[in-house]
Amino acid sequence: MLNWWLPENVSTYGADIDGLFHLVYWITMAAWVLVQVTMIAFLVMYRNRPGRRATYTHGNNGLEIMWTIIPALIVVWLGFRSVETWNKIKIDLPESEHVIEVTAKQFNWEMLYPGPDGEFDTDDDKMIENDLRVPVNKPIILNLKSKDVIHSFFVPQLRMKQDVMPGRTIRSWFEATKAGTYEIPCAELCGFGHSGMLGYLTVLEQADYDAWLAEQWPAAQAQAPENDEVDPEGGRIG
Amino acid sequence: MTAHAPTADAHAHAEHHDLGFVRTYLFSTDHKMIGRQFLFMSLFMMIIGGGLALMIRWQLAWPETQIPLTRWIPEPMMYDGFMPPEFYNAAVTMHATIMVFFVVMPLLVGCFGNFLIPLMIGAGDMAFPLLNMLSFWVSVPAGIMMVGSFWVEGGAAAAGWTGYAPLSTVPEYTGVGMGQNLWALSLIVLGASSLMGAVNYITTIINMRAPGMTWFRMPLVVWSLFITAILLLLALPVLTAGLGLMLFDRMAGTSFFLPAGGGEPLLWQHIFWFFGHPEVYIMILPAMGIASEIMPVFARKPIFGYHAMVFSIISIAFLSWIVWGHHMFQSGMNFTLGTSFMITTMVIAVPSAIKTFNWLGTLWGGNIHFKVPMLWALGFISTFVVGGLSGIYMANTPIDIFIHDTYFIVAHIHYVLFGGSIFAMFGAVTFWFPKMFGRMMNPTMGQIHFWGTFIFYNIGFFPMHIIGVGGHMRRIYNPTQYEFLEPMQWWNVFITRGVLIMGAFQLVFAINLFYSLYFGKKADRNPWQSNTLEWECPSPPGHGNFETPVTVHRGPYEYSSPEVEEDFLPQTRDLSGATGGSH
Repeated sequence: MLNWWLPENVSTYGADIDGLFHLVYWITMAAWVLVQVTMIAFLVMYRNRPGRRATYTHGNNGLEIMWTIIPALIVVWLGFRSVETWNKIKIDLPESEHVIEVTAKQFNWEMLYPGPDGEFDTDDDKMIENDLRVPVNKPIILNLKSKDVIHSFFVPQLRMKQDVMPGRTIRSWFEATKAGTYEIPCAELCGFGHSGMLGYLTVLEQADYDAWLAEQWPAAQAQAPENDEVDPEGGRIG
Repeated sequence: MTAHAPTADAHAHAEHHDLGFVRTYLFSTDHKMIGRQFLFMSLFMMIIGGGLALMIRWQLAWPETQIPLTRWIPEPMMYDGFMPPEFYNAAVTMHATIMVFFVVMPLLVGCFGNFLIPLMIGAGDMAFPLLNMLSFWVSVPAGIMMVGSFWVEGGAAAAGWTGYAPLSTVPEYTGVGMGQNLWALSLIVLGASSLMGAVNYITTIINMRAPGMTWFRMPLVVWSLFITAILLLLALPVLTAGLGLMLFDRMAGTSFFLPAGGGEPLLWQHIFWFFGHPEVYIMILPAMGIASEIMPVFARKPIFGYHAMVFSIISIAFLSWIVWGHHMFQSGMNFTLGTSFMITTMVIAVPSAIKTFNWLGTLWGGNIHFKVPMLWALGFISTFVVGGLSGIYMANTPIDIFIHDTYFIVAHIHYVLFGGSIFAMFGAVTFWFPKMFGRMMNPTMGQIHFWGTFIFYNIGFFPMHIIGVGGHMRRIYNPTQYEFLEPMQWWNVFITRGVLIMGAFQLVFAINLFYSLYFGKKADRNPWQSNTLEWECPSPPGHGNFETPVTVHRGPYEYSSPEVEEDFLPQTRDLSGATGGSH
């Protein structure tokens, strides 16, 4: 019921993040209502009236223990409940044959494809600026690098964000579940051109992806023509 | 547990020494005057910081249009009222830097720390009055350097208030030269000012409490300022060290933060946030103390759970040292380490929850008077709770993947620092104004200011959560460059209108402040019928504070005590049968 504010989710792990988001939403909403309603009720009930005298009390240890332990249990439970999702997204990367090297620089994303041989630093590597194309329903590994300052690779619909750190290669992954074109804004202030530093992720149906590969690496496709079901209409959604 | 020290006896006659204008108003060693100096300096800086905020908001709502009233700002900052992206980044950086270091810290710690600590523990002045004066006067050149950096070649710092390396350490990356150096130098100098203050507060509180003022008879605001001073003492040198490395990288050719030279950009983030997270509590603990001070007075009831309040302050301070990594979940820091920081961060929510429930407990069964300071204290709790709860989203590592660096964090920090610290500051000004200046503030203008600010604050800042959840990045110059943000642009307009109206209501406060300084109703010693020691002094207190040395007989929150007929029982009043303690 809250999807009117989270963007559409198109990644496999996005649903896990959204699930946690909704869980935290309801917990915090309950706490917020509890505090505000109690406060307003007390303000009305115990407002100053002639002849009234406040209750003289310094507190209640039972209550203190209760409102220490209950919030502590809730937040610590919440913490441990989130570990699995975090590990799944950031630590336990799946195996993938689709590895793309993304290098950020002021103020563009360089997408380096390994080409048909699947290896980087070979002649068939190809760099395309700001244009990331991947097949749908396949895990994709990104090797994130930066040439200058810190940038942050963000695709809202994938629920994916990872800072890009000069001097490091950070491995990150996603699996898109829906074909379409999505924006890749930079989410970390990176200089005067930060706003508008924008790449595009195009998620293609397998057939369209193969067609695109054939278009980019015609020689390789000529040697190994294995896809004959190219759909010219495509599944692209703008 | 008690500490006995000479308090006011040296000045028991409380005569006003004639020190002349310069020694009284400029180079004063009197903690009360230094407190007032910090007040006016911070309010002045707030005008600059607030003006920048309004310009930022205008740009976000109506990108690249002419911003009203800004045509006087010269090129290359603004171009006839149009804001270029370079200046936008500088405005974002300087708004935050000024508000954090030159408004919230000097207001809560510099102004109220100075003014309240000696008065509330029954001391004649700070332990080191000259150091105290120096603390203020060192902060002035820091402020001049910071604001002046707008006019140097290349403009002011534009790498964000967090100054992430290497954007901040290589001039070519931002085009900012001397501005970033001045930013670092200014904060180093200001850090020295804060250290002098911190040493003074700690020494004064440990050594100069009046007879009978045991640790657990201290008002909570003094407790919070004491713990804050310890945090300042330990956290600021870390920032200073980091800023030093930044300056070396920029000016001496080192590469502490530059991978090309074997450096490490993450090092800056670790240093900055190791300082930065205690810093967050430096800005909120005094605000919590202020709310804890105001609420019992206007609920006419002892604070609920005094000891729990003290221990939660101490545990927040302790935990604040082991949560810094939650700013860095997406930074590329070891991902397993992220989990550890998530758990500690979750735990730090608990003492804040304890404090909130104790404030509610204080209201329960009270006899609540809705005076202006009380409205601010209640407003503080109401908005601080939102800021506290929104923190849980970011503490949660998977959720943080999505909302990190979006407007959700902007909403969060403003709920904590504006709805939290600044609301508490307004409460403190309206509450202690009679003691500071000997006159009452106008309550009608106070009510208008509170309601206007409270309502339009929420209208302006709450929707930032919503656009943040929509994915709206922070620190972007022009949201209309992004297709996915298009459906949310009307929120930006809505937010800006709310913030502009809220800004306009601050004029009411300014008018009330200056009107009341000269024409306010004369205040008697204890206009709120409060228990703590500062209300024993004349309004305003003379040099040396107390006319006769004070002895403390009880805790600070004995309201509606069955021992006496009236509903307050000052800390100094002796009920043992002998002659009454004081007035």
